[in-house]
Amino acid sequence: MEVTITVNGTPVTSEIEPRKLLVHFVREDAGLRGTHWGCDTSNCGTCVLWVDGSPVKSCTMLAAQADGHEVTTVEGLEQGGVLDPIQQGFIECHGLQCGFCTPGMMMTGRWLLDNNPNPSEAEIRDCISGQICRCTGYKNIVASIQWAAEHPATSEVTA
Amino acid sequence: MTAVEEVPLSAAGNPIGFGSMRRVEDARFVRGQGNYVDDVNLPGMLHSAILRSPHAHARIVSIDAAAAEALPGVVAVITGKILEGIPRPSLLGDNFAWMPTLSYDTQAVLATDKVRFQGQEVAYVIAESRYIAKDALELIDVEYEILEPVMDAKRALDAGAPIIRDDKGQTDNSITDVHGNKTWESGNAESTAAAIAAAKADPNCVVVTQEIMYPRVHPAPMETCGSVSYLDKVTGQLTMYTTTQAPHAHRTVYAMVAGLPEQKIRIISPDIGGGFGNKVPVYPGYVLSVIGTIVTGKPVKWIEDRGENLVSTGFARDYHMTASIAATKEGKILAVDVDVLADHGAFNGVAQPTNYPAGFFNIFSGSYDYADAHCKVTPVYTNKAPGGVAYACSFRITEAAYVIERVVDCLAQELQMDPAELRLKNLLRPEQFPYLSPTGWEYDSGEYEKTMRVAMEMAGYDELRREQAEKRAKGEYMGIGISFFTEGVGAGPRRDMDILGLGMADGIELRVHPTGKAQLRLSVQSQGQGHETTFAQIVAHELGIPPEDIEVLHGDTDNTPFGLGTYGSRSTPVSGAAASVVARKVRDRARIVAAAALECAPDDLDWELGRWYVKGDRERGKTIAEIALLSHSSLELPEGVEGHLDATAVYNPPSLTYPYGCYICVVDVDPGTGQVKVRRFIAVDDCGTRINPMIVEGQVHGGLADGVGMALMELIAFDSDGNNLGGSFMDYLLPTAVECPDWELGETVTPSPHHPIGAKGVGESATVGSPAAVVNAVIDALSPFGVRHADMPLTPANVWRAIQGNAMRVDMAIE
Amino acid sequence: MQTPAPVDYARATSVADAIDLLEKHGDEARLLAGGHSLLPMMKLRLARPEILIDLNDLDELRGIRIEGEEIVIGAMVTHAEILDSPVLAEHYAIFREAEKVIADPIVRNKGTIGGSMCQADPSEDLSAVGSALKGSVVIQGSGGKRTLALREFHEGPYETKVGDAEILIEVRFPIRPGAGSAYEKVERRVGDWPVASAGVFVVVSGGVVTDCGIGLTAIGAEHFCAPDAEAYLIGKAPTEENLAAAAQLAADACTPYADQRGPVDYKLHLARELTLRTLRKAAASSQGA
Repeated sequence: MEVTITVNGTPVTSEIEPRKLLVHFVREDAGLRGTHWGCDTSNCGTCVLWVDGSPVKSCTMLAAQADGHEVTTVEGLEQGGVLDPIQQGFIECHGLQCGFCTPGMMMTGRWLLDNNPNPSEAEIRDCISGQICRCTGYKNIVASIQWAAEHPATSEVTA
Repeated sequence: MTAVEEVPLSAAGNPIGFGSMRRVEDARFVRGQGNYVDDVNLPGMLHSAILRSPHAHARIVSIDAAAAEALPGVVAVITGKILEGIPRPSLLGDNFAWMPTLSYDTQAVLATDKVRFQGQEVAYVIAESRYIAKDALELIDVEYEILEPVMDAKRALDAGAPIIRDDKGQTDNSITDVHGNKTWESGNAESTAAAIAAAKADPNCVVVTQEIMYPRVHPAPMETCGSVSYLDKVTGQLTMYTTTQAPHAHRTVYAMVAGLPEQKIRIISPDIGGGFGNKVPVYPGYVLSVIGTIVTGKPVKWIEDRGENLVSTGFARDYHMTASIAATKEGKILAVDVDVLADHGAFNGVAQPTNYPAGFFNIFSGSYDYADAHCKVTPVYTNKAPGGVAYACSFRITEAAYVIERVVDCLAQELQMDPAELRLKNLLRPEQFPYLSPTGWEYDSGEYEKTMRVAMEMAGYDELRREQAEKRAKGEYMGIGISFFTEGVGAGPRRDMDILGLGMADGIELRVHPTGKAQLRLSVQSQGQGHETTFAQIVAHELGIPPEDIEVLHGDTDNTPFGLGTYGSRSTPVSGAAASVVARKVRDRARIVAAAALECAPDDLDWELGRWYVKGDRERGKTIAEIALLSHSSLELPEGVEGHLDATAVYNPPSLTYPYGCYICVVDVDPGTGQVKVRRFIAVDDCGTRINPMIVEGQVHGGLADGVGMALMELIAFDSDGNNLGGSFMDYLLPTAVECPDWELGETVTPSPHHPIGAKGVGESATVGSPAAVVNAVIDALSPFGVRHADMPLTPANVWRAIQGNAMRVDMAIE
Repeated sequence: MQTPAPVDYARATSVADAIDLLEKHGDEARLLAGGHSLLPMMKLRLARPEILIDLNDLDELRGIRIEGEEIVIGAMVTHAEILDSPVLAEHYAIFREAEKVIADPIVRNKGTIGGSMCQADPSEDLSAVGSALKGSVVIQGSGGKRTLALREFHEGPYETKVGDAEILIEVRFPIRPGAGSAYEKVERRVGDWPVASAGVFVVVSGGVVTDCGIGLTAIGAEHFCAPDAEAYLIGKAPTEENLAAAAQLAADACTPYADQRGPVDYKLHLARELTLRTLRKAAASSQGA
C-alpha cells in the first residue's frame, strides 16, 4: 500500500507492506535513524516519537496507521540550527551516556514540558516511567528535563 | 558544572586537565546522529535471522528447510549440518559448526547433534529483508527428540543426571578448566577450617553460616547485539561492524574462528548502545553474519530481538554460595569460608582471565582485617544459556562483594550489633596499605574508615536509627542497609592475566599535528563511558593542549592499536594510564625539541602546563603548539631525534587498582503487601583521581540503578522443563525512574600509588556495591519478624514470604 | 527486531463500515484500536489475522459523556483520556487510581478502553474496575445494538461475548450519588501487570452499606468480581470487622495460579489485603471522610 506520512514537516510517500512498523518506516523510508528500538514489547520506550504531537511507542504502531498523519522525531527537535532546550538540557546535565534511549527520553520530556511547563520531580519520573535507561540511573535525565523547564527559550543557549 | 579551581580553562571553557566538562559525544547523540550497528546500511546488504530452539535439551532428529528456501526473497538457509561440512583451517576445532569460547570450551555456532538450552541457535536464514527472514524461520521444520533437561544446578552433579556435554565425551556435568581443574580454590583451606572450628568451640566466639544465592541476571543493554559483515571476495577483506566492547580481541578471535588472515579483518564498533559486559563474548550470531557474507558475497546484517538477547547472550552471576563467618562476640572477624556452586550453562563461555576461571571472586574477603579466608568454586554445566561474566561485575567481584557484605550483616544480627559498628571494628586501616589479602590480592591504597564516616554523616546514620526505632514502635518497617566494598579492577598485569592467551596490556597512539592539535587513538571501546571526552582530558592534563583540540579515535581496528577492550572497569586503569604515559613520551620529546630551539640543554628546561621554559627565565619558553610546528621544521635536532611529536605506548599495568566505597540504603517496606520503596541511597565512592567528576558520578548513578534492579526485580529463572522465564522486558524487569531514588553521592579521593594519574576506575563500582546495601536494608526492615536472609530479587511476593518465614527459592519457577 | 506476519489493512470509515468489513472477512479479521495488545501478539506471531480493521478514524467511538444516570465511555477512549477525565474523577476516584497504575504514560496515549475490555486479559485492571462498578457494554452488529452487563461479558481468559462481526462501541457505568471508590494494585514494578488488584465502590447511607461492588483482577476471580463479599456487606455497618470479613469472602472467590509474580498463598493474601484496603478507603470516602 502507498502511504504518505509527514515526518518533521516533510511528506514522505512510500509503497510499503501494511505490516511495516512505524519505527521501520521512519528509519528506512524516511531515512531518519535517530529513533531506535529496544524491546519489541512496548516496555522500553527507546522508539518513542510523536504522532500528531503525542508520544507513542513506534515499535507498536503500524506505519499504515500513521498514513496521513504528522510524525515528529528527534531529528525534528533542532530548529534552524538551534537545539531545543531539551537537547541542551541533556548535554548540560549529563542526561545521557550511551545515547541509545536518549531520543525517546527527549521526545517524552519535550512533550511533558509542552503540557506541564514546571513539572515536579515526581511528575517527571512518572512521565518517563515507560522508558528504560541502563546507563544514567535516571537522576541526570530528570535534571536534564528540569534544566529545559528552567530554560524555555532556545535562544538562551547554543550547542 | 565548574572545573576544579586550580585547572585553567581553555578558550572553549573546558578544563585543560581534570574537571567536569560537557561531553564531546553528546552533540551527535542529542541530534539523533549516533551511528549504531543497526544504523549501518551497505549497498546490496542482506538481512538475516536465527531459528532458535524451543527446548532446553533435545536431540535434533531432522531439519527440513525446503519451504523456507522456497520463500521468495530468501537467499540461503544454513544449518549446522552445512557448517559441519565446511572445513576450517584453524587450531580451534576442525569445522564451522563449533567455535571456541573465551574459556577454552567449545560452543555450537549452529546445533548439530543436540540443543542444550532454550534459545540455542539451530538454523540461519539470509533474506532480502528482515521481515522475510523472520517469515522464513516459521517455515523451517525441525524434528526434536526431547531429552530431560538439567535445570537445577544443585542436581547437575547427581549420579544419573542427564549428560549435557556428551559431544565432549563427558560422563558427568562437571566443568574442567584449561588447567585441568574441576574446582577453583583460593586462600588457605586448612587455616580457615581450623579458625572456624576453633571459633565454634570457643564460647566467646560465634560462627554464622548462610546460604546466599546471587541469581542469574542479564546486563540487557538497550541496544541488542548485532553485526554487519562484508567479505570483499576480490581483496579478501572482511569488514565487520559489530557491537563489541573489545574490537581487537574480537578481530583475533574471528581470525581463529574463520581461518581468515588477521590483517584482512577490520572490526568497526561504531556507537554502542550500552554493553555492561554483554558485548564482550563472541556470539554465534556474529559468526553467522560472517558465514553469511562468505556464502552470499554480499554484506549481511544480523540484529538480535530483545528476546534473543535475553535468552541466549551472556548472562551474569548464577552463583549458589554458602558462606561461613567466624568472629569473636565483640565483633572481631576471624575467618570467612565460602563454598560456591557455579552455574555456567551449557557451554563454559565465561570471559575471564585464563588464570582466574572464577574471575576475581576470591577477593570476597572484602574490606576487613582478618587472616583466614578460603573459597571453593565448583562449576557445572546446566541446560541454560552460556556466559557468566557480564553486567558490570568486575570479573565476579559483584558476587564477592555481595556475599561478604550480606554475611557480615548476618553476623551483626547474630551478635545484635549495629552493622555499621561491626564494619568499623574490622575495616582495614590506612597504615596497612599496600595490603596483602588472605586470598593473595595486594590492595593499593585506601582510607576506609574515613570513607565510611563520610557516608554515615551524609546519611545522618544515627538519626535514621532513631527514626527506625520510632517507626517500629508504630508498626512501620523501615530498613537501613550498609555495604562497604573493595574491587580490584584494571586487568591486568600481562604476567598472569590474559584472555585466550592475549595479555591484558593496552596499546595507544598519540599524534600531535604541526598546528599543535592532537589525535589520540585508543584500543578500548566506549559503550557510553565518554572516552572521547575523558581521554582528551588526560592528554590535556599531561600536555596542556585544550581538550577540544584533541580528537579521540576508537572503535576501528584498522585505525587504532591493539588492546583488550572495555570491561572489568579497565579503560581508565589500563588505557587511561597508557594515555598518560604516551603523552609524557610526547612531553619528553617536546623538551628535546624545545631545547634545540631555545639553544639550551633539555635539562635546563622546566615544565608548566602546556609549555617548556628555561629554568629561572619563565619568559623564555615554547608552548606545545610551537614545539609541534618546530618538530616538523628544519630545526636541527640532536643526534637520534628524528622529529615529529607522535608517539605510541603499550601499558602493562604493574598491578590492579582497588576502588572502594561505602553505600547506605534506606527502604520502607509495606509488610501487608511486601512492597519495598527505596527512599534514599547514599553512595560514597573512592576511585582515586577523578578525571571528569560529572562522568564519574553518572557512572555511579547507573550502577546504583543496577543494584536496585537486581536487588528488587531482575531475574532469569527457569521452570523444570527448561523454559526461560525472563525472556522479554515484560518478564525481565528493569528499574525505571520511579523505583530509583534521587541518588546522594559523596566522595573521598585516595589515589592509586602505581597508576600514572592515580585513577582507579569506577565503571562497575556501583553495580558491585549497591545490591548488598539494598538487600541489607530490606532484611534490616524485616528483622523484627526474625528474618535473617532472603535471596534477590526481593519482589513483593518474596518479601511477604520472608515475613512468613518461608522465603522463596528464586532460581526456579515459583510454585 | 520482531515483525508481524503479512497482513492486510483497512481503515474503517464508520462503525457500520467496520461491521461490513468484519462480515466480509469473517474470523480472519481483527479490529485494531490502540494496538498495544494486538501488535505485540502479532510480532510474536501468536496472532496472525489476515486483515486489520483500524478503528482510529471513528470519532463516533470517542468521548466521555453523561447520559441520564450513566457515564458513557466510547470504546476508542484512551487510558490517558480516562485518567484525565474530570467527569470520571467527579463520580469515581477508582478510574484515576486504576489508570495511573496501568502501563505507562506513553502506552496510555494509545491503549483504549474498548481494546482492553475485548483483549480480556485475565490481569486487566480495567476489567476489575468495570466489574466493581457493575458497568455494561454496548455491542453493535449488523442486526443492531445490544447491551450486556460486564459481569456477563467474559467467556474466559482472552474470550468475550463479542461476536466475530460485532464491535464493542461503548462502556457504560451507573452513577451512584454518594459512592466512594478506590483501587489498589500490587505490582513488581511500575508498569507491570498486577500481581493482584482490587477495586471497589461503597455507598454508605444511614450508617450501613447500601450498595457496593468489588472487582478483582489477576487472581482468578470469576468475572473479575466477588458477589458473596458484596452481599455480605449490604446492610452492615462498615466496621473494620465487617470489612475484613468481606475481604476474606473476596479472597475466597479467587483461584489464582502461581507464576513469577507470586505463589498462590501470597496472591490469596493480597486478594484479602487489597480488598480490605480499598473497602476502608471507599467506605470512608462515601462517609465524607
